[in-house]
Amino acid sequence: MNWHAVRAIYLFEMARTKRTLLQSVLAPVITTSLYFVVFGAAIGARIPEVEGVSYGAFIVPGLIMLNLLTQSVSNASFGIFFPKFSRTIYEILSAPVSHFEIVLSYVGAAATKAVILSLIILATATFFVPLRIEHPLWMVGFLLLTAVSFSLLGFILGIWADNFEKLQLVPLLIITPLTFLGGSFYSIDMLPAAWRTLSLFNPVVYLVSGFRWSFYGTADVAVGVSLAMTLLFLAVFVGVATWMLRTGYRLKP
Amino acid sequence: MDSIISISGLSKTYASGFAALKGVDLDIRRGEIFALLGPNGAGKTTLISVVCGLVNASAGTVRVDGHDIVRDYRAARALIGLVPQELTTDAFETVWNTVSFSRGLFGKPPDPAYLEQLLKDLSLWAKKDAKLMMLSGGMKRRVLIAKALSHEPRILFLDEPTAGVDVELRRDMWQLVRRLRDSGVTVILTTHYIEEAEEMADRIGVIAKGALILVEDKAALMKKLGGKQLTLQLAAPLAQIPPALARYGLALGKGGGTLVYRYEAETEDNAIADLLQDLAAAGIAFADLHTTQRSLEEIFVSLVSEREPAGEGAR
Ligand SMILES: Nc1ncnc2c1ncn2[C@@H]1O[C@H](COP(=O)(O)OP(=O)(O)OP(=O)(O)O)[C@@H](O)[C@H]1O
Ligand SMILES: [Mg+2]
Repeated sequence: MNWHAVRAIYLFEMARTKRTLLQSVLAPVITTSLYFVVFGAAIGARIPEVEGVSYGAFIVPGLIMLNLLTQSVSNASFGIFFPKFSRTIYEILSAPVSHFEIVLSYVGAAATKAVILSLIILATATFFVPLRIEHPLWMVGFLLLTAVSFSLLGFILGIWADNFEKLQLVPLLIITPLTFLGGSFYSIDMLPAAWRTLSLFNPVVYLVSGFRWSFYGTADVAVGVSLAMTLLFLAVFVGVATWMLRTGYRLKP
Repeated sequence: MDSIISISGLSKTYASGFAALKGVDLDIRRGEIFALLGPNGAGKTTLISVVCGLVNASAGTVRVDGHDIVRDYRAARALIGLVPQELTTDAFETVWNTVSFSRGLFGKPPDPAYLEQLLKDLSLWAKKDAKLMMLSGGMKRRVLIAKALSHEPRILFLDEPTAGVDVELRRDMWQLVRRLRDSGVTVILTTHYIEEAEEMADRIGVIAKGALILVEDKAALMKKLGGKQLTLQLAAPLAQIPPALARYGLALGKGGGTLVYRYEAETEDNAIADLLQDLAAAGIAFADLHTTQRSLEEIFVSLVSEREPAGEGAR
């Protein structure tokens, strides 16, 4: 292992966040707070409890998941896209680093940021709604697994995208709708049967459901299924990223 | 011969179908300065990029100090520093950080003393805390060199190091390259400036349309192809060369108005004196004379243009 290289890339990526600290931390925190005010306090007060939890509290895991997914994808995709775009990536490609080390450092940094942000949002949430976490270990497990999996997805996206538009369009057109339709703000049991079945094809449902279970012990799908699906995503993304690096897809002509 | 880089049968065909390298065989000797000359699009950058791992080869193998660049990429790449042709730097990083980053990336533990000396050698020390975007083009070029040298490589690739660089920096760079060579580093540089190759290189390779058309010791090349030429402006035009002068292999030019004599300065010491005597004896008077030496540039241009019509079929 070239630990010096992993450390160098990881710290480089973390420093990039530090430069844009306000933008990368403040923005999500403010947005999420607005969600709490609107859905938790204003509208939530008129919505009955969902599965024995007040609506404001019910949406907390979904909101964190929403942030975790978008942050993981955008951090990681930008992290690898930018050096590709500015061509500074020549240095990474010419360095004595393995594919695993490249992924470990870029994805590790992106996941770290996404997790830190999620914890900040979780802390913010406690100001607005009463929270309880029944299965903290599972909660942390889901948080980390999802962060790593979707940072990998972002890494893949960043390698695939050949312009800024594509880089931003995919999260906007795919990740955000899937998250909103994935039960972040409702239980899919509330949906008509046909929609409920359709929802099961939405990968985010499994992530949100498992994560919410770790908070309140209630879930749309069995927690084991959620875990299995999360691991499946991880495996698929690892496979794609490995293939990309091995063939030099869009990195090496 | 002890070669530090062995390239054999190297071909590269880009996805577009363009064949940028066509079966290149090349050995770089340990500790030499090798200049790779060639017109735009000849394949110089492609060749360097394959060796450094930036471009996948289509065929052929490259060994760096015995390590295959694909199977044993770690050992191979750790030996190499690359200064790319394009000025590509992270805008927001400081000089110090970017150079430290490079060192880490190549697997070396931090060594502030070494980096300090490196930055001082490159006249960058005063700028160590400056953001890269605030540096001039020449300064950025120095930073790229510092990055390439940050991990103490044994081989340095300089892809057109002096393109768009002022005279002073060019002199600095030549000095640096010589210092590196003296410390045992092998330097491979590409350039369009023939004078640069002429001034610095131990050996010269000429590449055109993806094929190496010549690799020679610079001195031998200059000698072999760089003969002198004496041109005589005749007082009166000649219809033909008198038989008494046949042994000189003279050529008539400008409708008989000039006589051209080619010779090797080193091997034919008295040639000119003899010729002038024989001319006088034959009653040929001349109004003026001058000698010229073919520069590497002329050699280069003639080599490349000779190739033009048949270029595709090389090898
Ligand atoms: N990624 C690519 N895809 C397709 N063709 C390419 C690619 N990169 C380079 N080429 C082509 O390969 C040929 C060789 O390019 P290369 O950059 O190696 O030339 P060069 O000798 O370095 O030229 P210059 O002196 O201009 O830097 C050129 O015709 C170029 O257009
Ligand atoms: Mg080039």
